[in-house]
Amino acid sequence: MAKNSARDIEVKAFATHHVITQPNPLRKVLRRVEAKDMDDPVGRAEQALAGLSGEFKDWMATEVDRLSAAWAAIQKDGFDDARRGELFRAAHDIKGDAATFGFPSAAVIAESLCRVIEHAPDLARVPAELFSHHINAITAIVHENTRLDSLSVSSELSRRLRKVADEYLAHVNRDRPEHLEAILAPSIVPGE
Amino acid sequence: MFRIDFNKLRFLVCDDNPHMRRILRTLLHSFGAREVYEAEDGATALEMYSHYVPDIVITDWAMPIFDGLELAQMIRQPESKGNPYAPIIMLTGHSEKRRVTIARDAGVTEFLAKPISAKGLYQRILNVVANPRPFIKTKTYFGPDRRRNMNSAYMGPERRVGEKHEVLQQPSLLDKARSSI
Repeated sequence: MAKNSARDIEVKAFATHHVITQPNPLRKVLRRVEAKDMDDPVGRAEQALAGLSGEFKDWMATEVDRLSAAWAAIQKDGFDDARRGELFRAAHDIKGDAATFGFPSAAVIAESLCRVIEHAPDLARVPAELFSHHINAITAIVHENTRLDSLSVSSELSRRLRKVADEYLAHVNRDRPEHLEAILAPSIVPGE
Repeated sequence: MFRIDFNKLRFLVCDDNPHMRRILRTLLHSFGAREVYEAEDGATALEMYSHYVPDIVITDWAMPIFDGLELAQMIRQPESKGNPYAPIIMLTGHSEKRRVTIARDAGVTEFLAKPISAKGLYQRILNVVANPRPFIKTKTYFGPDRRRNMNSAYMGPERRVGEKHEVLQQPSLLDKARSSI
């Protein structure tokens, strides 16, 4: 697609702002079809995703190894910006990926771990067990449970870990209103 | 009813996680896209953005060194030589409302919280293709209009037009949160 030329762009100036409009540069890719059109790009993509699912368990194992390695590095040398960042990104990736890979309880636990990393005022003072319980639980779900982790123990484990983490965060942030607000705000993801 | 000719669109995908890039590539190719360029960090994505001039950018947020938020801010430079108007879809594990606000204020066009779904991705792409919003430039913001609803009765503290208006006091979320502990 071509880049917009300056001639196409209309600018209306107001006292505090400009409003910039232009003809839709992507309109040429829109095609009107009959309602009976049978093409189903979403269904096709879902099928393709299902075709990848045989690899999901291995992918999850890789993500868990990364998380464990990040935690091992912190246990050895303590927190610094780089090690904190790696632990957060490893947990954050599991939070985002695990449900797609068939491990929704692992995603919930990873989210809880992310919240601890993000909102604890001093990570060096967080009880090490709070981290290790989260990481061990994710590892157990991925390595020992079946896919789709329908076992109620996974759900119960994730619920309890989240409860403990939230209570800890609410306590240590009682004088930090911006963090308390973020901790207590609802998620935008339905069903969380 | 409209369909998108994905084979006429050029995508740039930026995610440091190779598994997520594989999933995105699979979904986009299944939709019909042929041109999908991939970057594993924001700096590489910015170079590829200038070089390939993609129609749509899909980026993760949390990445080392140069994250997706910074990428959006670099693209949304009104005086830049590149195209500052390309739609940016932020695909992220962040699921807090304040994150949506931060992304919006960086010029992100659409926000898609993980876990990813084919339907969710398709709908975001359809939205940026079929319903582009005007761009707004203020002293502190350049990006797609952050107001999706045209509510002429809006009287809040960030009313854009310099007309006379009242500022309505709203209860603090913090007060609500504290009362729920």
